[in-house]
Amino acid sequence: MPIVEHSLILAAFLFVIGVAGVLVRRNAIIVFMCVELMLNAANLAFIAFSRTLGVDGQVFVFFVISVAAAEAAVGLAIIISIFRLRESVDLERFNILRW
Amino acid sequence: MADLLWWIFAALAVSGAVAMVMARNPVASLLFLVVTLFSLAGIFVLLEAHFIAAIQVIVYAGAIMVLFLFVIMLLNLGEQYRPDLKAGIWLVAGGVASGTLGWLLASALGASGVVGTEPAPVDRDVVGAIADPLFRDYLVPFEVTSILLLAAAVGAVLLAKRRV
Repeated sequence: MPIVEHSLILAAFLFVIGVAGVLVRRNAIIVFMCVELMLNAANLAFIAFSRTLGVDGQVFVFFVISVAAAEAAVGLAIIISIFRLRESVDLERFNILRW
Repeated sequence: MADLLWWIFAALAVSGAVAMVMARNPVASLLFLVVTLFSLAGIFVLLEAHFIAAIQVIVYAGAIMVLFLFVIMLLNLGEQYRPDLKAGIWLVAGGVASGTLGWLLASALGASGVVGTEPAPVDRDVVGAIADPLFRDYLVPFEVTSILLLAAAVGAVLLAKRRV
């Protein structure tokens, strides 16, 4: 079984599920978790490629994971401060940048 | 044996991701995401990225998911059972966009041309094989990442504080 090819297809599947979640859900935290899922799908593609193309892909995954940690901390802080303003995490009420 | 394990982990990852998108309770959604992350760590092991698999379990499934759970419980979001999906046209648009993107990604990755080449020979131990390029070729990005993490920590405290 070509494990690399199948892992790439699996990465595409997971990325698409993440995109669907971002487009369809209204809860800001679940949308954020779908973004994390998309990052993980990209990581899976990196790892699958690093199986044949050398270890550099794993170094990139290391960086992606640390940037994802920073992004999660800042994004959740933004969600908390908007929750204070709106008493909700519903994305359809996050229209404070509209005129 | 490895093939069977791969299929089990892949099925777990996809069903966890689908359940995460479908679940109404944010806490259940987060636990399904943890299932997906753990099965991805298993697939990383099968792809011989043992160090990244350990990082995945410790940092992602451990630290980042605990942060999400902490915020969900801090904002008291566990008991929202009203429908959370967007209305009508957004569902259709989301389905069409995801389908198109999936077809594009699958065909692009399938045609990437690395499939079938020989696996790169691993001549070092697991951590050493990562540490060598990380601290030689990628030393500057590594240090920039540490500054980024510091800035993110300070920024998160500053954003979430009530009064600066």
